Amino acid sequence: MSRIDIRFSELRNTGRTGLIPFITAGDPLPDATVALMHALVEAGADLIELGVPFSDPMADGPVIQHASERALAKGVGLAQILGWVRDFRARDAATPVVLMGYMNPVEIHGAARFAQEAAAAGVDGVLLVDCPVEEIDAAAPLRAAGLDQIFLAAPTTTDARLVRICAAAQGFLYYVSFAGVTGAARLSLDDVRARVAAIRQQASTPVAVGFGVRDAASAAAIGAFADAVVIGSALVERLAGAASEEELRTRALGFLAPIRAALDTRGHGR
Amino acid sequence: MSAKPFDDAAAAAAIDYTQYPDARGRFGTYGGSYVAETLVAPLAELAAAYERLRVDPAFIAEFERDLKYYVGRPSPIYHAERLSQQVGGAQILLKREDLNHTGAHKINNTIGQALVARAMGKRRVIAETGAGQHGVATATVCARFGLDCVVYMGATDIERQAINVYRMKLLGAQVVPVTSGSKTLKDALNEAMRDWVTNVADTFYIIGTVAGPHPYPQMVRDFNAVVGREARAQMLEQYGRLPDVLTACVGGGSNAIGLFHAFLNDREVAIVGAEAAGEGIASGHHAASLAAGRPGVLHGNRTYVLCDDDGQITETHSVSAGLDYPGVGPEHAFLKDTGRASYVGVTDDEALAAFHQLARSEGILAALESSHAVAQAIKLARELPKDALVLCNLSGRGDKDVHTIAAREGISL
Repeated sequence: MSRIDIRFSELRNTGRTGLIPFITAGDPLPDATVALMHALVEAGADLIELGVPFSDPMADGPVIQHASERALAKGVGLAQILGWVRDFRARDAATPVVLMGYMNPVEIHGAARFAQEAAAAGVDGVLLVDCPVEEIDAAAPLRAAGLDQIFLAAPTTTDARLVRICAAAQGFLYYVSFAGVTGAARLSLDDVRARVAAIRQQASTPVAVGFGVRDAASAAAIGAFADAVVIGSALVERLAGAASEEELRTRALGFLAPIRAALDTRGHGR
Repeated sequence: MSAKPFDDAAAAAAIDYTQYPDARGRFGTYGGSYVAETLVAPLAELAAAYERLRVDPAFIAEFERDLKYYVGRPSPIYHAERLSQQVGGAQILLKREDLNHTGAHKINNTIGQALVARAMGKRRVIAETGAGQHGVATATVCARFGLDCVVYMGATDIERQAINVYRMKLLGAQVVPVTSGSKTLKDALNEAMRDWVTNVADTFYIIGTVAGPHPYPQMVRDFNAVVGREARAQMLEQYGRLPDVLTACVGGGSNAIGLFHAFLNDREVAIVGAEAAGEGIASGHHAASLAAGRPGVLHGNRTYVLCDDDGQITETHSVSAGLDYPGVGPEHAFLKDTGRASYVGVTDDEALAAFHQLARSEGILAALESSHAVAQAIKLARELPKDALVLCNLSGRGDKDVHTIAAREGISL
């Protein structure tokens, strides 16, 4: 059982909805990344998605693109990010960490080498945004190294493909709640609810929902039927410009605490 | 995965190039469809529609009718006799794509894709553009077919290509400046891709080069392949034989693959692509993805890319905006690895020298992009006997570049 599986089983046993914050590794303060990860856990994160900055993030909106550009301008790279995960693991052996990024940095690093180093650093799963299930062979070394391969499903995903994605999914399935880039502000709750229900019929993994979750209200609404909610752009936006480790911690707690509370008081309505 | 699967010369010699891409959009190990989940279904829908249309006689007939009466095809092969004399080697022949409506090969592709868009019932068209030629060609066909048109263009390119920006506006297109990243073609492509992800239900994305996810590299090639088909027939008719060598400039590689494709199985015809070496490959300021890059994944396909050791795409440089791209079409990556084509760098200075020499010797102002091919044709001709034939794709005209050239040479207009 992977660390991700264990965490979702704990959530299930306690009737809680998972909270998955996304941050771009190295933004806004590279040296404070590990402290920020601990602050996210303190604020109620059940799993952390760590974005690996890429120069050409086609699937991301402006907020995360700018965060990537800021991090890259400060020289943030894969080796450094894996080092941060290792440091994080030294104090936190329980919270799963998923790297989210694009194919090219992994390819250039060497997929097998990357997989071994990531697993050794304490990474639990990898989501390659531009690696759909059809190109799964390219990511085979990740599985071989014991990393969970996280897949996306979208409103445009056909039923036939959903079967294939669910069969391949490890850890959890990440449902992108609308057809757009990260951080766009459109969400039809009924559509998402119906779609997540359909995915549940197929998937043996838990289902996390993201793209467009911005605050306590939207998180609670999604949390009523999802196993976990992912919060990315709104958090990255809130953290941008923080000048110190302490300020980052304050902002992370201030932003996530109401969301955590909303998820927890709502009860598990499934 | 081996970067060079065709080290075996016998295996490479047996390849039938008309069979590519395969059903998954692969050219050997290159190509494919590396896209976000939201784009998988729309791309599959497009691939299915194109698979149907490409063999539909009514579709082909309409495409050919527009190429003839709207674009003005066939474009001639012109013997650049004075230029050849000056060079003192092989005869340089120019495939005059610059004489097409809108002044470049790009219109071949945009007509084709606009017809696909119409067949799929899409009313809104988006495009990315570097030099502005593809944007103009897209705005043109959108006006012609009554489609809404939004063109994404890097802010740097907008500055470099003000005339083409205004031209697009005159044609009724909305030009959206892209200020992220390096503010050039690759960023425009990212932004167009985002628009498409968000508006996929009613929007058709006309990609301007043979890059991007499947089926774009195939579709864009097929629409430009008219260049090579015509040229092959014209060579046989005018010269009674095929050329000894083909050359064309390669940014994304659409005009080059357009010329090369009909000749790929003619093994006696040598093929040389001219990439933008900018200030020289050793300087690091260039856009020579094949000559100096490595296999990676960019903009939805596996191909040669220019990136650092951390996989970050590097900023490119070329005097010509249309070649200023850190990737290249996957079919070119395949041709490089099989050895069927070779790819060499041509510097800014060499391209400008060729621009002037062609202007003075033949009365033709070539686009800066195409001037790279002319420079390469001159180099090739110099090494070959007088009865050898070098066929160079003059992919576009240079009117759009007059300001860039003047500014570079310190002349204020």
